[in-house]
Amino acid sequence: MATTQILFAGFGGQGILFSGKFLAYEGLLEEREVSWLPSYGPEMRGGTASCSVILSDTKIGSPIVNDPDCLVAMNLPSLDKYESTTVSGGKIFVDSSLIGRKVERSDVEAYYIPATALASDNGLTGLANMIMVGYLIKKTGIIPFENIDRALAKVVPARKQDMLGANRRALELGYNYAE
Amino acid sequence: MSDKVLMKGNEALAEAAIMAGCRHYFGYPITPQTEVAAYMSKRMPKIDGVFLQAESEIAAINMVIGVAATGKRVMTSSSSPGISLKSEGISYLAGCDLPALIVNVQRGGPGLGGIQPSQADYSQATRGAGHGDFHLLVFAPASVQEMVNLTFKAFDLAEKYRMPAMILSDGTMGQMMEPVSLEQGEINEHDKSWALTGTKCERKPNIVNSLCLQPEALEKLNIERYERYKMVEANEAMYEEYRMEDAEVCIVAFGVAARVSQNAIDKAREQGIKVGMIRPITLWPFPKKALLDAADKVKAFVSVELSMGQMIEDIELATRCKKPVLLCSRVGGMIHTTDDVLSKIKEANEIGGAN
Repeated sequence: MATTQILFAGFGGQGILFSGKFLAYEGLLEEREVSWLPSYGPEMRGGTASCSVILSDTKIGSPIVNDPDCLVAMNLPSLDKYESTTVSGGKIFVDSSLIGRKVERSDVEAYYIPATALASDNGLTGLANMIMVGYLIKKTGIIPFENIDRALAKVVPARKQDMLGANRRALELGYNYAE
Repeated sequence: MSDKVLMKGNEALAEAAIMAGCRHYFGYPITPQTEVAAYMSKRMPKIDGVFLQAESEIAAINMVIGVAATGKRVMTSSSSPGISLKSEGISYLAGCDLPALIVNVQRGGPGLGGIQPSQADYSQATRGAGHGDFHLLVFAPASVQEMVNLTFKAFDLAEKYRMPAMILSDGTMGQMMEPVSLEQGEINEHDKSWALTGTKCERKPNIVNSLCLQPEALEKLNIERYERYKMVEANEAMYEEYRMEDAEVCIVAFGVAARVSQNAIDKAREQGIKVGMIRPITLWPFPKKALLDAADKVKAFVSVELSMGQMIEDIELATRCKKPVLLCSRVGGMIHTTDDVLSKIKEANEIGGAN
């Protein structure tokens, strides 16, 4: 795939920006063109947060994802807002422990994973975002899963190195859930 | 390419300023430029630099004047409403012929406006952000890498021509992360014999001042300054062409609008429309010659801007209205979609006979 446009969306505090950053860093390490653009301002502080990530083999034009190839929805307002913008044939990933409804469109592939419940059941509270990313990697093959460690080392800040293992476990949990 | 890192535009710009030798930053927080100040507050104390959060934008720009008068590299950053507050000080910098860097990460206006990206300070930046006859060097980065490269360039040319420089960025460029290479740029030595460094009883005192009560003398200063501006216009205009080889429609866009336009051009080309782009990298000096040359080749221009039609006037002037210039505008923090630009390209393509 030459260019993949991904939109992460959910509540502020769910790690929406972080999960986008992880994918962007992995893209960088593979020497692909990448861009990462967060929503900023009041919406970050408790409202809906979103993050546009583009991985491409050619120079990226607009960093704004209006029509995502992949939508990761981590709350209902995000699914309501962005379901219709997803490209036909695109993929929608739904955190089914927070979103009660199904994807209404029939021209996209919908995936449901109870990421928030899985996180708390496995002592990984707060890492539902990375479970979603692990699952997305499995379903899209956007990055080789064996390379996750090097990107994690880049995005987990030095003072939070104790979180490295937990992030990795969350990614694995999501990746294996897809089996 | 392993030397590339992923950084926000605001942070990359701040690091580039430090690499360019800037050790003095004065600012006041405002979205969406706050990362510049936050980054400086972390880095400056570690390298014996000065980070100072002033009590206001006005105080910050006056501190900039103070450091600039000593010949040291100095900067401030803000977003649209804050830049208006600084405008008196910017005029004083120009009147004192002092080099300094001012960064404007634009947001929607007028007034307090919003906090989402905008380019509506174009006229303010390019017509001189303050009273009196003067210009700023104005740079418009369209990627995080250019946030770095143009910071080096801005400091260099500001010193070369003894005038303030502005990086006119926007919320998108400031907030987005892209891979960026933080390579040490060239630092040229420029004459600083005018700087206030203490005479040590070895030379006559220098005076840095914008007050000049003799009209004859003040007129002379203005004329001399504009002689310098002529040199800047002749030598320093920067732009980049995209798919212009056989273009019949020419988009003119800078910053994030140019990034969106790139997508629209690729899409239009797939549909057989011959369209390209001239992207001004300096907004002052404006790349007039490139546009005038293009006016003989294309049938129409499209000005894609996040303002109600400001740059379009410069395009019309530069091309001497030889060809129609259409406006493709989004404002208030809204950004064009690819299709917004594409439909305007199609409209422009109809002009002078559809192919």
